[in-house]
Amino acid sequence: MRQEAFESRHAESWAIFERWIAVLSAPRSRRGPDDDPVATISKNFPAMYRKICHHLALARTRRYSIGLQQRLNQLALDGHQHLYRTRTPFFTAIGKFLVREFPGTFRKQWRFMLASTLMFYLPAIGMALAVVAQPEIIYSLLDPVDVSRMEEMYDPANDVLGRERDSGSDIQMFGFYIYNNISIGFRTFAGGLIFGLGSLFFLIFNGLFFGAVTAHLTVAGFTETFSSFVIGHSSFELTAITIFGGVGLMLGYGALAPGRKSRWQAIRSRARDGLPLIYGGTLMLVAAAFVEAFWSSTVWPPLSFKYAVGTFFWVLHIFYFWLMGRNEP
Amino acid sequence: MLLDTAYNIGTPEGVELRLPVAGLAPRSLAWLVDALIKSATLTVLSIFLQVFGDLGGGIYLLIVFVLLWFYNVLFEIFNHGATPGKRALGLRVMNANGTPVGWSGSLIRNLVRFVDVLPGCYAFGCASVLLSKQFQRLGDLAAGTIVVYAPKTQASGKPDSTAPVPLKTPMTLDEQQAIVSFGERASLLNEERAEELAAILTPVLEDADRTRLLGHANWLIGERSSS
Repeated sequence: MRQEAFESRHAESWAIFERWIAVLSAPRSRRGPDDDPVATISKNFPAMYRKICHHLALARTRRYSIGLQQRLNQLALDGHQHLYRTRTPFFTAIGKFLVREFPGTFRKQWRFMLASTLMFYLPAIGMALAVVAQPEIIYSLLDPVDVSRMEEMYDPANDVLGRERDSGSDIQMFGFYIYNNISIGFRTFAGGLIFGLGSLFFLIFNGLFFGAVTAHLTVAGFTETFSSFVIGHSSFELTAITIFGGVGLMLGYGALAPGRKSRWQAIRSRARDGLPLIYGGTLMLVAAAFVEAFWSSTVWPPLSFKYAVGTFFWVLHIFYFWLMGRNEP
Repeated sequence: MLLDTAYNIGTPEGVELRLPVAGLAPRSLAWLVDALIKSATLTVLSIFLQVFGDLGGGIYLLIVFVLLWFYNVLFEIFNHGATPGKRALGLRVMNANGTPVGWSGSLIRNLVRFVDVLPGCYAFGCASVLLSKQFQRLGDLAAGTIVVYAPKTQASGKPDSTAPVPLKTPMTLDEQQAIVSFGERASLLNEERAEELAAILTPVLEDADRTRLLGHANWLIGERSSS
């Protein structure tokens, strides 16, 4: 069949298909009154799409002009994008995610989660013991200026706890925590691409830092102010950082031991496997920032109440990851 | 062998869809446009939010956070795979199987951007784009995404109204296709260039020139002189 005859025979279906694509991509408000309703389109879309694919294949084997081929290629591509799009209802997805997917993935990847937890807490405990035994060791990690600023922050003589607060604007600190902590989390994950080294670096460094500061302030006798500030959000924050580190280690493991896949395939599938943990970790860090900005810094609740709330959060975390998501395949 | 950057996607319907992947230069320019937009936004906001003191500072940091990590993700998901910079350069992101990029793909490719930036000036990312087959940076490789040229809708169709001239010399389908494509593109070329291209065929077709080729093109797509 000559190209012209082919074009004139099928021009109408192509125009209809083009219009359908436009209707499906446009927001509801911009649809014309005489357009087909979406239900009709959806019903006839796959058949029409297959027809377009058939025309494209014909146009190629018959060597019709490049212009026509490009037009059909474009139509088929648009159709492909609409037909094979994946959509899930948002709120159902969130609920399912929190109850099953996130803790389930955590359980499934427990080896990496355990490794990352150890990589954070072992250096922390080691450093803490070292600082208790020999207080000067902290200066191998922190500037004297930073140390004295840290002491000032948690000095019981202060009214306000936590990092310095000029006019006590909680919102400002919330913004800072979100920006700072989640960025650290994301970097801890992404660094894993370099054979896991980046994640290891961030985990160990943050572990050492955390251990050093905790031990130093304890030795200095600021335990009450420090721990009553930290206990509220620590469960969210520390667990989230180890989760991000764990997913980073998954990437690194994929790069180091790809098994039967190619290296990039292994990394891709590890990244997809770890994705629920990234979402969950981000949510936890948002929660941590919220607690840290609006609860941890308050001075009105009695200390015992703050400890109780903090302990409650820790217990919540333990039970959440212990009991939830067991039925995830 | 074709010396272009076409990327082929096999579909379940048994046809291959072809897309041109975008290289380092357009992607860097798109990045530059986005960087300018982001820094301009932040500058304006910082002036405006200063009025609100600490509260403004907090909101500012929240916005910095969102722009830093989610500017690309949100645009890629809600703007057909293109940030304003990519749109300006005519690029878009999609999954390597040709489907629109979703949360998972977009988030992975943009979080891993942190590694692409290392050790400075996107050195890893640039090296990866230059070395990988589909011009993917590390984030693209980890997420399974590609950056392609968004196809332009171009005027095509009948060459023009030149009277059809029967083609007597036997030609393969590929050669015929070249003539038809010449007919389609002739209106976009200036006359001298069109003549020059037509003259290439002189060894095969005697007195090959622009009008004659256009006539052949019209004949090949099926027109017949007022029959």
